[in-house]
Amino acid sequence: MAHLPLPEAQLIDQYGPHLNYEPPGGWHAGGPPDRLVKTHCCFCGIQCGIQLKVKDEKVVGFEPWTDFPVNEGKLCPKGVKRYLQNNHPDRILAPLLRTKRGFEQFPWEDALSLVAGNMRRIQKAYGKDAFAILSGASMTNEKSYLMGKFARVALGTANIDYNGRLCMVSAGAGNKMAFGMDRAANPWSDIPLAQCIIVTGSNVGECFPILTDYLWRARDNGAKLIVIDPRMTPIARTADLFLPVRPGRDSALMNGILHVLVERGWIDQAFIDAHTTGFEQVLETVKAYPPQRTAEITGVPAASIVRAAELWAEAERSMLMHARGIEHHTKGVENVLSCINLVLATGRIGRPGCGYGTITGQGNGQGGREHGQRCNQLPGGRDIENPQHRQEIATFWGVEESELPQKGLTAVELFNAINDGTIKGLLSISFNPLVSLPDAALTRAALEKLEFYAVIEPFMSETARHADVILAGSLQEEDEGTVTNGEGRVIRLRQSVKPPGDARVDWDIIIDLAQRLGKGEFFPYTKTEDIFQELCRASAGAPIDYSGISYAKIEHNMGVFWPCPAPDHPGTPRLFEGGVFAHPDGKARFHVIEYRPPAEDIDAEYPLFMTSGRVVSQYLSGTQTRRIGPLVDQYPGPQVEMHPQLATQLGVKNGEIVRVESRRGELTLPALVVKTIRPDTIFIPYHWPGDQSANRVTNRALDPISKIPEFKVCAVRVTKATPPVVPLIRVVPFNGHGAAKGEQVQ
Amino acid sequence: MEFFVDPSRCIGCQACAQACAECDSHRGISMIHLDFVDRSSSPQTTPTVCMHCDDPTCARVCPADAIKQTAEGVVQSALKPRCVGCSNCVLACPFGVPRYIPALDQMMKCDMCYDRTSAGLKPMCATVCPSGALYYGSRETIVQMRREQPTNTFVFGRRVVTTKVSLMVSANTSALEVDIASFLPSPEDPSAGNNPQQVAA
Ligand code: SF4
Ligand code: SF4
Ligand code: SF4
Repeated sequence: MAHLPLPEAQLIDQYGPHLNYEPPGGWHAGGPPDRLVKTHCCFCGIQCGIQLKVKDEKVVGFEPWTDFPVNEGKLCPKGVKRYLQNNHPDRILAPLLRTKRGFEQFPWEDALSLVAGNMRRIQKAYGKDAFAILSGASMTNEKSYLMGKFARVALGTANIDYNGRLCMVSAGAGNKMAFGMDRAANPWSDIPLAQCIIVTGSNVGECFPILTDYLWRARDNGAKLIVIDPRMTPIARTADLFLPVRPGRDSALMNGILHVLVERGWIDQAFIDAHTTGFEQVLETVKAYPPQRTAEITGVPAASIVRAAELWAEAERSMLMHARGIEHHTKGVENVLSCINLVLATGRIGRPGCGYGTITGQGNGQGGREHGQRCNQLPGGRDIENPQHRQEIATFWGVEESELPQKGLTAVELFNAINDGTIKGLLSISFNPLVSLPDAALTRAALEKLEFYAVIEPFMSETARHADVILAGSLQEEDEGTVTNGEGRVIRLRQSVKPPGDARVDWDIIIDLAQRLGKGEFFPYTKTEDIFQELCRASAGAPIDYSGISYAKIEHNMGVFWPCPAPDHPGTPRLFEGGVFAHPDGKARFHVIEYRPPAEDIDAEYPLFMTSGRVVSQYLSGTQTRRIGPLVDQYPGPQVEMHPQLATQLGVKNGEIVRVESRRGELTLPALVVKTIRPDTIFIPYHWPGDQSANRVTNRALDPISKIPEFKVCAVRVTKATPPVVPLIRVVPFNGHGAAKGEQVQ
Repeated sequence: MEFFVDPSRCIGCQACAQACAECDSHRGISMIHLDFVDRSSSPQTTPTVCMHCDDPTCARVCPADAIKQTAEGVVQSALKPRCVGCSNCVLACPFGVPRYIPALDQMMKCDMCYDRTSAGLKPMCATVCPSGALYYGSRETIVQMRREQPTNTFVFGRRVVTTKVSLMVSANTSALEVDIASFLPSPEDPSAGNNPQQVAA
């Protein structure tokens, strides 16, 4: 059913990605804007404040919003150019139906009836769980809540999951296990107060650029910065200590540092005794990680491991921050827990300048994982397998507890089930699995097996090309709502313009579908604030409590940190103050972490580690950013970063084309020969589709707890490609003069 | 309010150049640029904005008198009708700032967002720069805030250039010697090096 309706080239011709370089009407349309709308960037978890310029009901530019406390007007290039996604020629302006001739515009009534009809048909024929939903962590809190409720109440399927499953679920699971609660423990304003900061598995400069300023401010105050990464990233360049860890060895490294701290008596026994449980077993485990052994496992010099412990111990206040570099592993949760062990053992949490946190990747990476769109979770972070939690939400929604589905499949498992034929129908929103899931060949094969596939999207993503129906949805600036940024601050997005053409705001489309499924009474909302108020009430008394938050309060305070359990509660920027954790006994938990190798390690056949990540000018699967000309010019296509030693061994020069092969697939790309990566490792950014997709080679093996795939390490072999098949684009630095900057190389 | 540049903080994100191209007076064209120092061995990058020399060489060498300096000392980009595209300024600027843009047949360079700074706003690049590598604010604030200190004296051999824009350097540097001639004996007094401390004094 879901084979492409037209050859890919024809689809690209019609629906892009095309590059947009200019605001509507061209650069010189002129005149002052009609209004400036204070809202937030649509991309990463920083959620920078920005003012969008609107003229003639079109977004025509931006103006920094210097009063917003998180970024004070600062932006990365994605924020600067994000306005070019609006009025984009690729925009889907009406529902599209696949026909033999390709996609054709279709009236809303018919499109919605067709989707609802297929939902009913598939569920009737194969059971409720045979229709699945995949949603996104870039969506507002309101939409996240709505999707969860829609799946459980309107469709009655267990199978809803979201693309945060590819992002920070390891951190979430680890946080819950250790602290009883899943949120970064500190506001970012604590960073400059720290005296030592460990940043591990986080290319802060490119993925969360605004946070570099917080780190630099800490360094201005004399803080020592320790960076752990297989690549010398822009932030690592400035570190006091850089630990170039071998991919997949993070937990061993943390155990090694803790070993030194324990051996030298640099732990906080009073804190451990008063506020934690389980340290004795950890103590036993880390005995087996002396610096020399840790060095052998991790590829980090023993002296550097000792030095890291010394720098950490010398400080009274410290922060440990990590991101996908340690989370995208089959041991993602273990890596996170090994970091938390270090923080707890030294008592460095719950005080100003003392803390811990993951840096969430997606715009609403935090809020997107709170309101019940995960397969194992109900609103307020409630556990779908907990009878009491189920009853609370069933009562709140006015349904029988027995009607609520149980835990469903996670994103990658869900694709396995589509591939096996157990799931027959799919609705996706804000998710581009063909680019973002590992092992892209299997994802495509699965999509082709679906009986019915509908998407809600503003642009034709690579995955949407496989859909039967595309419901023309909205961009972030065309809707309103709230998101929760990486520090736990709930902020407000304001609608700048209305969706163009016949496109509609996403939540309205979902409500219409619910009505067609005969469940309209459960979705009585007329505006986003109605949904927000309901989700706040639903979260009252739950682990994630928003019940004291309102739109007005967010506006007034420039954001409110949850938990905020009452209208007169100020919100909670810093968690765990006084060593009180969210487990029932108030104590944090240590976890014994024994290092184990990655799911696929290197061997004679595939002798190199491959790791993947981002570049600063692109965002996730690129559905939006690969359409913005100046951002594409800045880094036109993926390259294979490799060390000169490796390049020499392979006989490859900078810019020459190499073939990267794993057990799952291969890709052919230009080499970028740089001394800033371990000689045993290559790096490929993952934002591109098809022939350029890093996920042709990555491994779909999952973490047993979080079910996150192992994007950050797999085994590959690299050879010089002879002869190069097609001319490829080589990156030249952006010079900002408007024209295409790609340089053709042979 | 003054402009300060600290390349050691730069993370190479290009937000500055991208935002520069959004300014109303030269939309779509960036008047600043970013250089990789040596991409093969480091991610170190450096933003190039005009230093706004007190006595601007670019203007001195311009045969068409196209580069004007405002009363506040801002050295403007070449005036469109006057600039003949000869690139003298490109060759003469000691900081490698002006760019000749063939499509326009004109030199373009940073004018410190004159439209914004003259209206009390900060330059676009310094407002957005996420790392604080570009900063626009008061000297007292930055001196208090940072370990590095600002300097605006540059010694090119025997030539001393002072600028409106300051570079952030380690705290005990009063001038930046950028020419080896600064360290060689001077012809007038072969026993003395023409070093920056002497110049600054
Ligand atoms: S992508 Fe992130 S850092 Fe960049 S402007 Fe948007 S929110 Fe800010
Ligand atoms: S830095 Fe170069 S372009 Fe700027 S004023 Fe000085 S000489 Fe002219
Ligand atoms: S915006 Fe700042 S950090 Fe980014 S490239 Fe420009 S100067 Fe460097």
